[in-house]
Amino acid sequence: MIFSHIPVLQVIVPLVAAPLCVIFPFRKFCWTVALAATLTSLWIALTLLITVYAHGPITYELGGWAAPWGIGYRIDILSAYMTVLVSLISSVILVFSPRSIGAEISNARAHLFYTLYLLNLTGLLGIAVTGDAFNLFVFLEISSLSSYALIAMGQDRRALTAAFQYLIMGTIGATFYIIAVGLMYAMTGTLNIADLAQRLPEVMETRTILVALAFLIVGIGLKIALFPFHGWLPNAYTYAPSVVSAFLAATATKVAVYILLRILFSVFGPDAVAAMPIAQPLMILALFAMTIGSAVAIFQDDAKRLLAYSSIAQIGYIILGISFLSVTGLTGGILHLFNHALMKSALFLSLGAVFYRIGSVQISDMAGLGRRMPWTMAAFVVGGMSLVGTPLTVGFISKWYLIRAALESGWWPIAVLVLASSLLAMIYIWRVVEIAYFRGHPEAGADIKEAPLSMLVPIWFLTGANIYFGINTGDTITAARAAATMLLGGPQ
Amino acid sequence: MTGVFSWTPEIAVLFAVVIPLIGTAGIFAARSRPNLRETVTMITAAALFACVLYVAKSVFAGARPDVTLIQPLPGLALRFTVEPLGMLFALVASGLWIVNSIYSIGYMRGNSERNQTRFYAFFALALASTIGLAFSGNLLTMFVFYELLTLSTYPLVTHAGTEAAVKAGRTYLGILISTSIGFFMLAIIWTWVATGRMDFAEGGILAGTPAAPLTAVLLFLYMYGIGKAALMPMHRWLPAAMVAPTPVSALLHAVAVVKAGVFSVVKVIVYIFGIEHLSASGAGEWLVYVAGFTILVASIIALRADNLKRRLAYSTVSQLSYVVLAAAILAPLSVVGAVLHIAAHALGKITLFFAAGSIYTASKKINVSQLGGIGRRMPWTMAAFGIASLSMIGLPPTAGFISKWYIVLGAVDAQHYLALAVIFLSTLLNAGYFLPIVYRAFFAAPPDAATLGETAKADHGEAPWPVVLALTLTAAGTILLFIFPGPALTLAQLVIGNAP
Repeated sequence: MIFSHIPVLQVIVPLVAAPLCVIFPFRKFCWTVALAATLTSLWIALTLLITVYAHGPITYELGGWAAPWGIGYRIDILSAYMTVLVSLISSVILVFSPRSIGAEISNARAHLFYTLYLLNLTGLLGIAVTGDAFNLFVFLEISSLSSYALIAMGQDRRALTAAFQYLIMGTIGATFYIIAVGLMYAMTGTLNIADLAQRLPEVMETRTILVALAFLIVGIGLKIALFPFHGWLPNAYTYAPSVVSAFLAATATKVAVYILLRILFSVFGPDAVAAMPIAQPLMILALFAMTIGSAVAIFQDDAKRLLAYSSIAQIGYIILGISFLSVTGLTGGILHLFNHALMKSALFLSLGAVFYRIGSVQISDMAGLGRRMPWTMAAFVVGGMSLVGTPLTVGFISKWYLIRAALESGWWPIAVLVLASSLLAMIYIWRVVEIAYFRGHPEAGADIKEAPLSMLVPIWFLTGANIYFGINTGDTITAARAAATMLLGGPQ
Repeated sequence: MTGVFSWTPEIAVLFAVVIPLIGTAGIFAARSRPNLRETVTMITAAALFACVLYVAKSVFAGARPDVTLIQPLPGLALRFTVEPLGMLFALVASGLWIVNSIYSIGYMRGNSERNQTRFYAFFALALASTIGLAFSGNLLTMFVFYELLTLSTYPLVTHAGTEAAVKAGRTYLGILISTSIGFFMLAIIWTWVATGRMDFAEGGILAGTPAAPLTAVLLFLYMYGIGKAALMPMHRWLPAAMVAPTPVSALLHAVAVVKAGVFSVVKVIVYIFGIEHLSASGAGEWLVYVAGFTILVASIIALRADNLKRRLAYSTVSQLSYVVLAAAILAPLSVVGAVLHIAAHALGKITLFFAAGSIYTASKKINVSQLGGIGRRMPWTMAAFGIASLSMIGLPPTAGFISKWYIVLGAVDAQHYLALAVIFLSTLLNAGYFLPIVYRAFFAAPPDAATLGETAKADHGEAPWPVVLALTLTAAGTILLFIFPGPALTLAQLVIGNAP
């Protein structure tokens, strides 16, 4: 039955589609294949989510080899949630992509873009479904390598140095990760996450495991771009093609956070994490990320770079939620994982549309765009409001949970910091709004047209999601709370 | 109404918020035909007032219409609940919108302002936010409309589009948004964490919680989070907003926006903290001092300001703190005074701003020192100004007397002599900065060429008739509210739980 193989198909579909694009390098064909693959992934992901909801976690043994010899996939509520998020966002971005890619990537290389995109997707989905720590590394490398190449496709020559910078940092991160996995293997003799979780407690006190944990946190921190490991991110997001920025911002860092959650809560377990000095350092880094990221974003002249710094801040929010180690905090963190993906993809895509029309995303070049591209800029404003955390947008819901978590733990200064950082977000979004809506002569730039429908529809799909999930919060909160409870060791 | 659609107060509440929104759309649609556009504004204003009156009828009859719009989280909803305080605020705002629209037409055309469509459209949007705020049934709804009001008035404040206007707009947004997100939002979430609810209830929802230090911290957060109440040192946005065209200053910065601030303050004190809870905890004492300080200092600044609108702005800062002071005394009668003062000050101050705009339209004069003898050229304007000044000072036969009377009664009841001293002193100061204007207008000699400057005109008559009509109406309203305080008083008594 093909249905029982659905967990592996989640990875295989994009993996098989990728080489097709190299063999038949026709732009339209590649796009169709890629879209078909991502939509199939989305369907599989949704099926998995529904199955996990109904029947609990799914385990799947590759080639019928049982763990610890074979590679096991294990899909629980959190993995399912991630696969839905990743495949949903990547589908929407693909719908948006043809014109943007046509403008930003030369015809000769367009098919390579789709190949890399699919490979990246394979890696990200693989990370989410695998139950094996080493296999996770393999998928991590697949997604990382393809993202370096994707960033390097940017028009600006600085994209090359940005990609190289990311390559160095990302490789260090991945190497740290594999060193840690090696150390854990040496102590326990297994790579399977479930087995690791069982055997680690015996050796938890050893120095080797502590060292492994340190390597893990720093290594994954590099991939997450957690302050102060964020150095690669601003350049990478700024110089990558618009759709790549949107894709990476919405999915890659989120999946890295997923790895952190897995390692902390599924491998080490909530009790061990609470006993070890992990939460406080993470919280402090998160607070720095939130405030410094937002503050630096205010001073950017390039709107994409502004969003990049804002991403660093938003990652801080997610990590902050995790560092509370409480159900409310973790729910807030996981919600923000999802919500931030919605906001940032909507925002980066609207900038993609702006770039498509005016060939620049310098804030000063956006004067009067509120009049010329009303729908695009309105989407930007809604996405920005969501970023600030205005009620009736998704941003409000996750911030609500984060602040509640802070107050429940009695850490009111953190609540103040979360709000202060929202204010900073208000300022950097307002800078764009003020220039786009209140500057520029009414007659200036009369030849600038609104973005084409093929761009507006995906943008507004994501923007609408920002509002929809901000009002109709039942499903997302239930899923996030279930995942948080599961991670903290409660019943599923 | 017949058939499937039946007209209930609940539906009227929704309509009250929606009508100005439809008006906004209509104004945009009619942008190329100014006469039609202004007709749309007038019809919208009239329809809104009718709708609010309909709601008022049911509120007077004892109903409390309650509609839940959407509910993102359990207990966390967009919800409208009409209670007496909000009813009074909605009546004042929507009633004065009609008058203000008449005035706007005269003013905007008389001064050939640009971007008039944007002006009228955002004005209607601001009214929708105000009504939403007035009818808000919980803190979240209040917050949403509070922020909407800030954002929808920004284009009005920066209407001129000059560098100075944009700079003032930044101050305006900066202070209002940062206080509301930084303090107000935090206070709301904290209230939720402490009590698990955020609706407005008689006696206050915090009443059951342990008093100190939570109450004290929350009170601080609410009072400074509601930056629109302009408690010092969060008042600077108000004078900054005076760069706006006068109709904006008149309706928004004398009625809607600033009253949204003190309305929220009173509502939070009465329905979130609860008067008894707050006075038992003793956490509210500092508020009397801060409000008293604001009243006196703002009056002194007003006394020294030569620019007429600036003087009025600081007078507003000072008068707003009357409401805060009255609420902070925590005596039932002073709360009645606070509620009445929202209405009384609205009528008086809108008249004063109307007059300032009328003077500007007719003569381009902006300074008090230029106003010598102007009462002889503009008798209607300056007579209205005089009546409104009396109301500001709190003298009969004007509305200001009644509200001040209740505030004083409350202060005597609570034996709060400091508050009494503040009220006494500030009354003198009010007289000190308003009466000389009236005196100068009617009895002083016309200014010489140097005082007049280059732009102001020496030879002029009254402003266009819509302007004069509007300010005469509001001046008459100031007196009428003194003669017939019944309905307003009933609503105010209901706020403290006294049935009429």
